[in-house]
Amino acid sequence: MREAGALARADSANGPAPDAASAGPVLLDAQGLRLEIGGKRLIDGIDIRIREGRKTMVMGANGAGKSLLLRLLHGLIAPSAGRMTWRGGPVDKSARRAQAMVFQRPVMLRRSVLANLAFALKVRGLRGSARQARIDEALDKARLSDLARSPARVLSGGEQQRLALARALACDPELLFLDEPTASLDPASTQAIESLIADANRRGVTVVMVTHDLGQARRLADDIVFLHAGRVAESGPASRVLSSPRSEAAKAWLEGRLFLDGQGAQS
Amino acid sequence: MQNFASVLGDAVALILSGDADLMEIIALSLRVTITAVVVACLIGLPLGAVVGAFRFPGRTVATVLLNSLMGLPPVVVGLIVYLALSASGPLGPLGLLYTPTAMVIAQTILVTPIVAALTRQVVEDLDREYSEQFRSLGVGPVTRIGALLWDARYSLLTVALAGFGRAVAEVGAVIIVGGNINHVTRVMTTTIALETSKGNLELALALGVVLLVIAILVNAAVMGLRASAARAAYA
Repeated sequence: MREAGALARADSANGPAPDAASAGPVLLDAQGLRLEIGGKRLIDGIDIRIREGRKTMVMGANGAGKSLLLRLLHGLIAPSAGRMTWRGGPVDKSARRAQAMVFQRPVMLRRSVLANLAFALKVRGLRGSARQARIDEALDKARLSDLARSPARVLSGGEQQRLALARALACDPELLFLDEPTASLDPASTQAIESLIADANRRGVTVVMVTHDLGQARRLADDIVFLHAGRVAESGPASRVLSSPRSEAAKAWLEGRLFLDGQGAQS
Repeated sequence: MQNFASVLGDAVALILSGDADLMEIIALSLRVTITAVVVACLIGLPLGAVVGAFRFPGRTVATVLLNSLMGLPPVVVGLIVYLALSASGPLGPLGLLYTPTAMVIAQTILVTPIVAALTRQVVEDLDREYSEQFRSLGVGPVTRIGALLWDARYSLLTVALAGFGRAVAEVGAVIIVGGNINHVTRVMTTTIALETSKGNLELALALGVVLLVIAILVNAAVMGLRASAARAAYA
């Protein structure tokens, strides 16, 4: 397998040459991932290696398969074909519990902020003072301590997303998936979310995040995987992909041109 | 035909007098109905939640069955329970026929499908929202059912209310298995039927008024709860 940059192989016929491999052991390795629904191939033979400690941004146009790829990697959807390993072994229950995901629309239980955190930690087996300490820490980091007793569903969009992220991080994941966590958030909320993500990554959490925001990719990404029509059009270190993209799809995206299937780029 | 206003006046006076027989009938009605609704909820809530939240072979059949059983004819249920509890029936040795327990059994059979079918719908809708988050967290099946039921608690109050409405107004099944025995199994609905046939309209109407007031009070209480829950954004 050719491996571009930190994690993925370019699958397109015009795929780029591989970049220098990044350091860090492979956390999650997916080979030949394919997803077909109703006879339509939505994910088309993606190979991807997620290395420990990296922040990987998954980019691409609407319908490119970004969210589906995240769900496949996190095990929320079963692939039609392909295989995955976790640290070289099977993706078992413990591997799943070492992962967490934050969705574009945060899912808030009909409970208080505190109870949302407590529920997740109870599921992860934390009890008593250890759980309370983790809750206090999560509330503090997400700057939600003052809202601890408030119903989660009355929080603003930014606060809900901070809570969703805090809940995911409170579970102490090794690998965190984020599906456009700052979509439709204002700059201040976006900054708060990005700060939490960067902080978690500094503490060793590996991040795989879908984003449409080029600026966000520039601010956060170590690596970029660019999808087009369910395939990896290009991947590699963010500095290289963002400055000199090799695939036509990524070039068009970065230049703000329309890139339509079978029609090439349009100015 | 007596004047309606005059009968209603007598009925209200009967209620306000705190007539011992009337109170006994009301108390038994509430005891039987509430017991049946509680038992139906204990069975129907988890049953509906399981059908609503999990995918398994035969789930569609189970859903159709639950929905269909919501319209069980009370007299048929009464007849089946009667046959089961009668001296020659399989449960005859228990000696439950013509007791309040027999009435609870019949009402439970009528109410459980209502609770289960409505719960299935509520839980299925909520599970659609929570499903990916739960799978991401690794929530087990028992915790999942518990969390769905807890988070849907205000909607499920309405479900329980629908069951209560069915049970408290039921007459066909309880008259068959209870026998409408004075001071033993006589409840509001069976008394209304009996007293009307005897021409004792004051007592019949008094019980009718009580039934209506109970229905209004229970509905108002549940609506109030739901409204406060909505204000707090829990619902």
